[in-house]
Amino acid sequence: MPNCKTVVPYRGTPEQEERLRQVIAQHKGQPGATMPVLQAAQEIFGYLPEEVQIMVAQGLDIPLSEVYGVASFYAQFTLNPKGRYQISICLGTACYVKGAAAILTAVEQKLGIAPGSITPDGKFSLDSCRCVGACGLAPVMMVNNDVYGRLTPDQVGPILDMYK
Amino acid sequence: MSLVRSHILVCTGTGCSSSNSPKIIAEFEKQLAAQGMDKEAKVVRTGCFGLCALGPIVTIYPEGACYTHVTVEDVEEIVSEHIVKGRIVQRLLNKNADGEGPATSLAETSFYKHQFRIALRNCGVINPESIDEYIGVGGYEALGKILTERIPPQQVIDTVKASGLRGRGGAGFSTGLKWQFTADAESPDGVKYVCCNADEGDPGAFMDRSVLEGDPLSVIEAMTIAGYAVGAHQGYIYVRAEYPIAVKRLETAIAQAKGYGLLGKNIFESGFDFDLELRLGAGAFVCGEETALMRSIEGHRGEPKTRPPFPAVKGLFDRPTLLNNVETYANITWIFNNGPEKFAAIGTEQSKGTKVFALGGKITNTGLVEIPMGTTLRTVVEEIGGGVPGGKKFKAAQTGGPSGGCIPASLIDTPIDYESLSAIGSMMGSGGLIVMDQDNCMVDIAKFFLEFIVDESCGKCSPCRIGTKRLLGLLTKITEGDGEPEDLDTIEELCNHIKQSALCGLGQTAPNPVLSTLKHFRAEYEAHVYEKRCPAGVCKALIQYVVDPTKCKGCTRCAQGCPTGAISGAVRAPHIINQSKCIKCGACMDHCRFDAISKQ
Repeated sequence: MPNCKTVVPYRGTPEQEERLRQVIAQHKGQPGATMPVLQAAQEIFGYLPEEVQIMVAQGLDIPLSEVYGVASFYAQFTLNPKGRYQISICLGTACYVKGAAAILTAVEQKLGIAPGSITPDGKFSLDSCRCVGACGLAPVMMVNNDVYGRLTPDQVGPILDMYK
Repeated sequence: MSLVRSHILVCTGTGCSSSNSPKIIAEFEKQLAAQGMDKEAKVVRTGCFGLCALGPIVTIYPEGACYTHVTVEDVEEIVSEHIVKGRIVQRLLNKNADGEGPATSLAETSFYKHQFRIALRNCGVINPESIDEYIGVGGYEALGKILTERIPPQQVIDTVKASGLRGRGGAGFSTGLKWQFTADAESPDGVKYVCCNADEGDPGAFMDRSVLEGDPLSVIEAMTIAGYAVGAHQGYIYVRAEYPIAVKRLETAIAQAKGYGLLGKNIFESGFDFDLELRLGAGAFVCGEETALMRSIEGHRGEPKTRPPFPAVKGLFDRPTLLNNVETYANITWIFNNGPEKFAAIGTEQSKGTKVFALGGKITNTGLVEIPMGTTLRTVVEEIGGGVPGGKKFKAAQTGGPSGGCIPASLIDTPIDYESLSAIGSMMGSGGLIVMDQDNCMVDIAKFFLEFIVDESCGKCSPCRIGTKRLLGLLTKITEGDGEPEDLDTIEELCNHIKQSALCGLGQTAPNPVLSTLKHFRAEYEAHVYEKRCPAGVCKALIQYVVDPTKCKGCTRCAQGCPTGAISGAVRAPHIINQSKCIKCGACMDHCRFDAISKQ
């Protein structure tokens, strides 16, 4: 399971923690506050380490098990930090029938990592995703917010080389 | 609002945005200013035109000229020729219906000729970030009439019933009845909710996304009408966080509606209050299931509950809740503005109106289409979709996503409606329509959908959690060449068990992709099991790429194109593929100019 406890030490700053406290204060007492707060927390810290989950649980006054339950249930939440460049390969049906699996293998080979992990230098992280909705351009790869469509496996190397 | 002579409509849907439309808009604005036309022509950012395969798309009115595959470099010419001199740039025009000569307007193309747009009526026509444009095309007439003429809620529900509209999210339940049940349900404190399912999770489906990106206010207006009809004052739109453009446009639309007093307290001074909130989904397919979606809005893990009680009786926060999907809501105001009879006149006996499909896969015109119910699959694939590209043969169409099935070429004349599709083992689903050709292996496709289900199963009930995993194990065994004859029977038996015993719709329909491919493509399964052969040449364990030394000229193109460096050989000498390094992506075969590489 890629979404397990991270080995990277926690590096949250007091400013980040203050922003999280403000978000919690805004949502406290509102029905169904857990998800919006976790979404904001992930935006602030980039991921949801144990330390952040504890702050959310204490701030909203709900059990940590419930926060962890929600954080580990949804694909959007990550307990591991992401790379400077986040690669996601669309494995939606339209991309899959047009050869997305070969694109994924080419990226794995190039970076030497499996989906759900990050390169040791923290530069690239790789994930597969379910449909980015750009099916007209299949197969599709995203690097941060850049979309590359109508890909063939041999284009992967040159594209990734552009990211320094 | 200042008047202008020309409107330049540029698609800012996800597909076109990904192929540079924001830069094209910036260039248009720059060129218009540079050529002194910025007072006479205006750039409008619209939603999806539907023809994503030809994007980025630019349409210029009043001429209605539709330019396709526009690049930033083309903009200067379009402005100087079309806007300044009034001469249409022929080389950028789309081809017309019969493929001969360019068509000026979209309506003339075969892609649009068979379509009838209700849910998509405003997509690509108005600026989705301007409530004034929405009102300009008849927006808020329906709600205004209902509230100011004080039409009784029951009459509103009867209108929806009379239209014959059925849920567009997949199951096809009567929308009018759903409204009736929620209106009739008793709430302990009088509180009821109206929700919109915008958690479009089917991979390969982007209908709801395009409606939200192109016409968000039609959904908001319809939800307000629904709130009035069932007696709710609070609504929630549960939208995927993976759709950033849709989320932003919904936020803009809600803020504008609030600013005009069309959401909030005392709408149209009628005393009716209705407010809307967005909730972002966090990527869980099961949250498309209604009870799971509500659990998620409540802030929990999105696990389904047993029904009954149905959400209409006990839904969100245990109150009666109406839940419809985006496309269903997008039909509502059209029904009120044009009359339910007109809506009921479109389509078939049991399935009224139109359905939006996201055409994808091995088809020329990928994009978004809206067709009257009862249109045959052949019309969609061959005429609207332009057929399978590259001279390949149509093999199957998949509808209904991971809950649906594959329709083989022999059934291509099946009319598309709820009943006909279920009769052949598929389903309408939310509207993904993926075309496959001779190069797609049906066992591999079934395995693909099961991998998806295993990944997305919430784990609450064991038939789905364990059953689908075992099913995937069996299919993997077959695709790796280790299948045994009895496996096919075991698969069928297990499928039927899961169908009967899983808790929610996700689990109950999970075996459909397997059952339908097994039914229509059994010979392909048998080839894997008995002959250890993948007829389509997809299953990696059963194929290898080899170089024919008599044909290879040693041009090194294949070696340069190989992403893993698996090909070696001296210049002008036959090359060799190292099978242990080969990832079987087929890039070498595409690069070879001498037909020297083959799949065995």
